[in-house]
Amino acid sequence: MKLTQGCFSFLPDLTDEQITKQLQYAIDKSWAVSIEFTDDPHPRNSYWEMWGLPLFDIKDPAAVLFEINMARKAKPNFYIKVCGFDNARGTESCVLAFIVQRPSYEPGFRLIRQEANGRKLVYTIEAYASAAKPEGERY
Amino acid sequence: MSQAVESRTRIKSERYESGVIPYAKMGYWDPDYVIKETDILALFRCTPQPGVDPVEAAAALAGESSTATWTVVWTDLLTACDLYRAKAYRVDPVPSAPDVYFCYIAYDLDLFEEGSLANLTASIIGNIFGFKAVKALRLEDMRLPVALLKTYQGPATGLVVERERMDKFGRPLLGATVKPKLGLSGKNYGRVVFEGLKGGLDFLKDDENINSQPFMRYRERFLYSMEGVNHAASLTGEVKGHYLNATAATMEEMYERAEFARELGSIITMIDLVIGYTAIQSMAVWARKTDMLLHLHRAGNSTYSRQKNHGMNFRVICKWMRMSGVDHIHAGTVVGKLEGDPLMIKGFYNTLLDTKSEISLSEGLFFAQDWASLRKCVPVASGGIHCGQMHQLIDYLGDDVVLQFGGGTIGHPDGIQAGATANRVALECMVLARNEGRDYTNEGPQILRDAAKSCGPLQTALDLWKDITFNYASTDTADFAETATANV
Repeated sequence: MKLTQGCFSFLPDLTDEQITKQLQYAIDKSWAVSIEFTDDPHPRNSYWEMWGLPLFDIKDPAAVLFEINMARKAKPNFYIKVCGFDNARGTESCVLAFIVQRPSYEPGFRLIRQEANGRKLVYTIEAYASAAKPEGERY
Repeated sequence: MSQAVESRTRIKSERYESGVIPYAKMGYWDPDYVIKETDILALFRCTPQPGVDPVEAAAALAGESSTATWTVVWTDLLTACDLYRAKAYRVDPVPSAPDVYFCYIAYDLDLFEEGSLANLTASIIGNIFGFKAVKALRLEDMRLPVALLKTYQGPATGLVVERERMDKFGRPLLGATVKPKLGLSGKNYGRVVFEGLKGGLDFLKDDENINSQPFMRYRERFLYSMEGVNHAASLTGEVKGHYLNATAATMEEMYERAEFARELGSIITMIDLVIGYTAIQSMAVWARKTDMLLHLHRAGNSTYSRQKNHGMNFRVICKWMRMSGVDHIHAGTVVGKLEGDPLMIKGFYNTLLDTKSEISLSEGLFFAQDWASLRKCVPVASGGIHCGQMHQLIDYLGDDVVLQFGGGTIGHPDGIQAGATANRVALECMVLARNEGRDYTNEGPQILRDAAKSCGPLQTALDLWKDITFNYASTDTADFAETATANV
């Protein structure tokens, strides 16, 4: 199973050169760029760990790529994504997000169906890797 | 012999003497009128009856859409009547259309009840479209002042929050409508939902006329569709949704259906434009209260929005629907089967998404508009589009849109999942190329072919639909006068 969150997950994994071009695009738009990581990729995990603060006023994509590589080194079995943040009035939100590292093996998610009244099912999605395992020991 | 009391008290003022006087003389025409910041402005395209002076026609429109009736009434004098009279203040001939005029009318804020679209529309489009003095009439645009907009809820969720809830940023959202529209059982219907979502779409969608018919009652559809949604979410790790259409005969029934969708964990429900303005506003309030997205299908709009001489322009519907509080509205594709003028469609999109828009005659925006923090309503592009047009779609429609490929997903020869995957890969490779600064509008076909080398379903789709083309240049070069009066 391949986790398909983010902008470019249906394409082959991006090379560093491709990542650099996306970073340049964000910088040209004056977006802040942030790096986030997790080994709990549940679709509704809204808060991945932040790799430091978002980089505001960044001029050079190489500086971001440096941090991406530091994160990769420190968290080799984690998902890592890059986010662009636009603080312009009317948006003030994330406007770009794509995965730049994924664990080598992604076992995926289990769908638990709890039978409720009147043919209703209560659905729970749980990552096989994170079931009953603490952070850092999942992938 | 002394006069009768009736004669002695009869009104002497020329303006209020009983009888019929021209509307323009009754105070409904004022070329020197100074527009107030709080005024509601409307622009009508008016074709007066032969022999009717356009200024008098404009004044008649102002009169009949505010206080006037056909004859003078003395009871006007019991009111501050000048305030309540709408003022026609400008009449321009329409370029390239003889005997047709753009009539500008200003209405005071206090003519309208706060937050009630039914009240606003009862005035603006209530009587005048059947008025004998005009042969044809079209409402082209409106300026809604901040003071009025602040009394409307606006989109229950809005684009920004929708993206946050969906965890999807930096690209258009992808959807598809389940086909065939009618006849599938609940179980077979849910299969289409599951396949499309697993293949890579963000949303599947009920069509406008799928409610609760004998072949599939709504509860059956809702239950199976949610199985499809959740199963696909677990296989992709993404948030997925299916617009469950809650349209029904009564408000009570619509609430019941929408509530059932919510109970089942759906993130979105859907209504049709034909349910009416009040019902739409009610559903939008419900959606805000229940954290649901509200999708609107514009079913029925073309009965009055398509002909350029009579009815109303779709951009006005866009404005009213953003005020009413829906989160999605179908607003055209430019390149699909329901082709529209690219600039006009751009105007619709800007109307739905801008925080402020300037006058842009080429896009059909006759007034500057401050949207007063009303949330952004997401335009939906649906109807005859396919992945081979991806570069054009992104160029024309941008990121903030739901691209809905119905036939372009379900018609894929290798199945619905393959169709969905082809669309998703086409979308991602084009966004990637655009962000890299490539000339993607020209290199689009090559970018797609390159991406297809590692995606069989995309290759198949490109081969299948390669002859379905759109003449890109022809509609893009229209000059202002033509586009201003283009049939949209």
